[in-house]
Amino acid sequence: MTHSIQVKDLKLDFGSVSVLKNLNLDVAEGEFIVLLGPSGCGKSTLLNCLAGLLDITDGEIWIKNKNVTWAEPSDRGIGMVFQSYALYPQMTVRGNLSFGLKNAKVPKDEIDRRIARAAEILQIQPLLDRKPAALSGGQRQRVAIGRALVRDVDVFLFDEPLSNLDAKLRAELRVEIKRLHSRLNNTMIYVTHDQIEALTLADRIAIMRGGIIQQLAAPQEIYNRPVNLFVAGFIGSPAMNFIKGAVVDNGRSIKLGEAKLDLAGYDGGQPTDRPQAILGLRPEHLTIQDHAEPGHTIPAVVELDEPMGADSLVWLMVQGQQVSVRVPFEKRPTKGAQVHLKVDISKASIFDATTELRV
Amino acid sequence: MADLSNPRGTRPKSRFTLNNIVLYGILGLMSIYYLLPLYVMVMTSLKDMAEIRMGNIFAPPVEVTFHPWVKAWAEACTGLNCDGLSRGFWNSVMITVPSVIISIIVASVNGYALVNWKFKGSEVFFTILIFGSFIPYQIMLYPIVIILRELGIYGTLGGLIMVHTIFGMPILTLLFRNYFSSLPEELFKAARVDGAGFWGIYFQIMLPMSMPIFVVALILQITGIWNDFLFGVVFTKPEIYPMTVQLNNIVNSVQGVKEYNVNMAATMLTGLVPLIVYFVSGKLFVRGIAAGAVKG
Ligand SMILES: Nc1ncnc2c1ncn2[C@@H]1O[C@H](COP(=O)(O)OP(=O)(O)OP(=O)(O)O)[C@@H](O)[C@H]1O
Ligand SMILES: [Mg+2]
Repeated sequence: MTHSIQVKDLKLDFGSVSVLKNLNLDVAEGEFIVLLGPSGCGKSTLLNCLAGLLDITDGEIWIKNKNVTWAEPSDRGIGMVFQSYALYPQMTVRGNLSFGLKNAKVPKDEIDRRIARAAEILQIQPLLDRKPAALSGGQRQRVAIGRALVRDVDVFLFDEPLSNLDAKLRAELRVEIKRLHSRLNNTMIYVTHDQIEALTLADRIAIMRGGIIQQLAAPQEIYNRPVNLFVAGFIGSPAMNFIKGAVVDNGRSIKLGEAKLDLAGYDGGQPTDRPQAILGLRPEHLTIQDHAEPGHTIPAVVELDEPMGADSLVWLMVQGQQVSVRVPFEKRPTKGAQVHLKVDISKASIFDATTELRV
Repeated sequence: MADLSNPRGTRPKSRFTLNNIVLYGILGLMSIYYLLPLYVMVMTSLKDMAEIRMGNIFAPPVEVTFHPWVKAWAEACTGLNCDGLSRGFWNSVMITVPSVIISIIVASVNGYALVNWKFKGSEVFFTILIFGSFIPYQIMLYPIVIILRELGIYGTLGGLIMVHTIFGMPILTLLFRNYFSSLPEELFKAARVDGAGFWGIYFQIMLPMSMPIFVVALILQITGIWNDFLFGVVFTKPEIYPMTVQLNNIVNSVQGVKEYNVNMAATMLTGLVPLIVYFVSGKLFVRGIAAGAVKG
């Protein structure tokens, strides 16, 4: 595995505010990494550091086994796509695509060749002589991607490229970006707010909070085995349920009020006893049934349901705490019914309440 | 749901409401208030002295004469020179053109650098620059005289041009800084990724997007420098007095009779340049002000 990007102990302060704290990141060649996290966690800042648009406080950045920590943005072998498209308004699409190449003194026929290729890949040939103002949002973003494409670089940086588009276009371009990646096979670092984008595009997702990468792993891994409460709550929609309890019986069961669940088959080995634990259950991993199975179910009362098309999200009270369950629309229970929730413990996560880490 | 895209029903009748009568009444009065002096000036400048002495300043001329305009431009005397305002006009042109061009170039680059190429202390630099514009000119006159004398350019066109350039800096830099900071930052970043440098981005990206603010700066500077009297009289010598100073000398000359018609004509000639600039570019000016000058 060759390294495409290596970030070593990256620190970045704005004045006295520390935005990135000792951040490390290794990206393999051709990998699609998605940076995901709440607003203000430093995603754009990290991307700008990689691009060389911000002077970092400490640390090193390597791209293609070259130390580019202090290299100019244009010398790093990166192309960048921005949320606001950032097309030069006074230039035609062709002018936008060729601007960087002219600055790099690429010969004229080579410029034409690259523009023709990018236009073909992104299907923007008919737009080449238009100004950006005469393009739709989706077309503008295609041109913006084209501008990165013609640079013939190994690394693409995307900063929320689709968030200004409507839902339908977003889905279309998302597929197109995935297709682009499988065709070009270059490294992509992609910032987004959107979980669906993250889960569908990424080879690995980096969940960030407060300038720190909390977990960097494949989407399924993050979904099934979140390292801590934050990641667990951040990924998944509808969000994971958390129920307070205690691990007892030498780690063989978890006690939730009066009910007790058997921990055999828990993904993560046998936990040690602890009085303050939190059980994390995804709404899609719970089933509602009307009979109890000791060690595998917890009693609950149906409160209300939210229809979501094919499914319905049912809200129940469990030991005084709210829990949501995803059920097929026609199988939703009646309000106020006394039911039992069947827990698939192999898909659950247990967190220590004080350290918030998964056990 | 109701279709709200088109107005429905009869258009409200509103021509003679009390509101409109008051509104147009006030507008009318204000126009008269401002136009009356202009009217008097034009009428007076077209009469000969005999007619003026007859008294009624509002009456149109019985016999129209353009001689006062010719005299004001080419013959009126100030001190020993008797070549009218024309000398002052060309002096003013030679002062205004370079001052305007230099100050706008420097200030636009300043504003661009302050927004996009922040350096250590750039905020402090900007604060000091703005603070400078609050110091009254009178305090600085004498020190500047000394500085110009030491530089050996006191009493020269170059000296005055330098003073105008420097005094235009705070407001122009503020103007350009605010405008450039209203442009999306991502454009600048994109251009950097595309390998454009300080000047490349300035000329190829920023300039083409900034025409409105350049027009605003142009108008501010042309009218400001053209109308300047204080710096002209303090920092230059009689041969290179700008038009405003020359006008003052013609109007206030103590020898002989007061030639009101010539004075009126001279005043209007002096005001002509800013007036033309306003008329030609008024629309652009408003657009430019709206585009960026108001944002902090
Ligand atoms: N120029 C700056 N000066 C000072 N603080 C800044 C500057 N730019 C960003 N910050 C701060 O750095 C933090 C991270 O900002 P950043 O833009 O990287 O967040 P983000 O994760 O991209 O958020 P979003 O999802 O909203 O785009 C924020 O708290 C922000 O306030
Ligand atoms: Mg961001």
